[in-house]
Amino acid sequence: MKSSIHDSGGASLSLLEVKDLVIEYTTQKGTVHAVDGISFALDEGEALGLAGESGCGKTTTALALMRLLPHNGRIIRGSIRFRGKNLVTLSELSIRRIRWKEISIIFQGAMNSLNPIRRIGDQIAEPILLHEGVEKQVARRRAGDLLEVVGINRNRLRDYPHEFSGGMRQRVMIAMALACNPKIVIADEPVTALDVMIQAQILELLERLKRELDLSMILISHDLSVMAETCDRVAIMYAGRMMEYGQTVDIFTGPKHPYTQGLVGAFPDIRGARTIPESIPGAVPSLINPPSGCVFHPRCKFAFDRCTDHIPSPSAVSGRDVACFLYPEVQEVSPRLVEAKL
Amino acid sequence: MGATEVVISRPSVVSPFRAQLTITGRRLGEVWHQILHNKTAMAGLCILIFFVFLALAAPWIAPYGPLQPVNDAPALSPPSPQHLMGVSRLGNDIFSQVIWGTQVSLLVGVLAAIVASVIGTAVGLISGFVGGWVDDVIMRFNDIVLSIPWLVLMIIVAARLGTIDLLGIILVIGLTGWSVTARVIRSQVLSLKERMFVERAKMVGSSNTHLLLRHIFPNAFPLIFANTILTVAISILSESVLAFLNLSVRQNISWGRIVAEAQKNNAMTIGNPGWLIIPGLCIVFLVFGFYLFGYALDEILNPRLRRR
Repeated sequence: MKSSIHDSGGASLSLLEVKDLVIEYTTQKGTVHAVDGISFALDEGEALGLAGESGCGKTTTALALMRLLPHNGRIIRGSIRFRGKNLVTLSELSIRRIRWKEISIIFQGAMNSLNPIRRIGDQIAEPILLHEGVEKQVARRRAGDLLEVVGINRNRLRDYPHEFSGGMRQRVMIAMALACNPKIVIADEPVTALDVMIQAQILELLERLKRELDLSMILISHDLSVMAETCDRVAIMYAGRMMEYGQTVDIFTGPKHPYTQGLVGAFPDIRGARTIPESIPGAVPSLINPPSGCVFHPRCKFAFDRCTDHIPSPSAVSGRDVACFLYPEVQEVSPRLVEAKL
Repeated sequence: MGATEVVISRPSVVSPFRAQLTITGRRLGEVWHQILHNKTAMAGLCILIFFVFLALAAPWIAPYGPLQPVNDAPALSPPSPQHLMGVSRLGNDIFSQVIWGTQVSLLVGVLAAIVASVIGTAVGLISGFVGGWVDDVIMRFNDIVLSIPWLVLMIIVAARLGTIDLLGIILVIGLTGWSVTARVIRSQVLSLKERMFVERAKMVGSSNTHLLLRHIFPNAFPLIFANTILTVAISILSESVLAFLNLSVRQNISWGRIVAEAQKNNAMTIGNPGWLIIPGLCIVFLVFGFYLFGYALDEILNPRLRRR
């Protein structure tokens, strides 16, 4: 059922296929290369994790999938194919039919994403009313069903956000994302800013929903432990580029890319010796002036001369895609593409 | 979608009736509770209730009509048991005039404030929400209106129209008094626009009208409300000034006009200082009452000023 991750060109069976996506933001300080040539695929019923430090383009990717980039953001190149349709070139009118009904998003920051003076029920019903044009009564009844699906009693429809705890507000955000029965749900940092107990509950809920409603899910997080628990595949991003992409088990048990190795190493092992986890020295580079060659080379302890002037292209290394010249099979991004970027 | 095993429930603490009424997502009852415990608000409210009662009960309390001549005392006679504040030049009972004047002052104050608030709110909402050149144009125009002294502007407008009736006075005050409101509302809209829930509503696919009316306006409403009450005070003062300057119709017996009459007839020297002082004090107290209540309400409803 799972299509190969190296599957390239031709008709693909994947539900969603992102290929060589490049997104830029125009700011007063210059052009921000937020996402630079990432590719991944999502199958039906699969959960994909997008992991990386903050500011590495995860949320930008998510917003691009729904064509909700802020006005200064632009998709420069690449394609996003949903059931074969290229979402990048679709008209605003057609994208509106896909947005929310096919692909929806659980927003980052549940605490502030609810209007403090509107009833929970009305806010959940909002996407239903806007996208399906049903009667208010029907939408409200559905909002009640949705609340029960996410584990909240339906008699709380008439309550206001301040009467809900953080975890419950996150449940409301999930209910809102499910409002129009989407195929794909993007969860943008769904458990950030929640305490560990609630995190576990929310992740359990997401997993149950994925199973019961046959959802495909894209989970965005900087927390690798969240990924390890819920995702079938993971894409590790750094400074807008894909570093490593493959099966979750492979990546966590045998990370290949030095950055992934650093991330996995930075995450303490409860069964291991009690040592301070290793950290990766340095900071995420500016995306206005990204380093030449491999974006990770200034922080990489294995970097050699080739890394500074050639961009590694994600290539198959032991059953996954890795973008690192340490592996002889890794190719570089063709000069034509590099030029096009300049 | 089936029901689930896990159902988080909570006993309902708030009765459904109370749950209906809200301002800023907090129970109206809670706001009322805060008003009751806020000395400033209560002082203001007491003053307001007193004057509103006076205005409503005028037909029963006032011994004479506002323009009804009295037969038992000559014009300009000083206070006496029959005429507690004396008689005016045209032979009217001044005590009755002060009571009737409450009606005019309150009516003009409240209606003019509503006109100013509606215009100011609309301008502020549009300016803040649309942004860009629309905002620039509106705000520069607003700067011009703000920089003209309101009194001079009103005198010019009122003088152009000639003597004006009650409706005219309301419109003149309302149409010249919206700039501050517009500015306050605009800044609130600018801040609300950046809030996450507005962003979320936009992403869900809400139209601009929906965003403005369902998300931004309700959140700005407490501020609009508090601001309107403060505008009432300014409007009452404006009306008094216009009446004092003889720019309003003679039939509108408002406090400003009574003060003007007293001034013209040398109330101080003919032994009837109350003719001048009492309507003057009425203006001061009513305006004071609105200010007290308005500021206290602002403090209660405006989250940034709320005491923790």
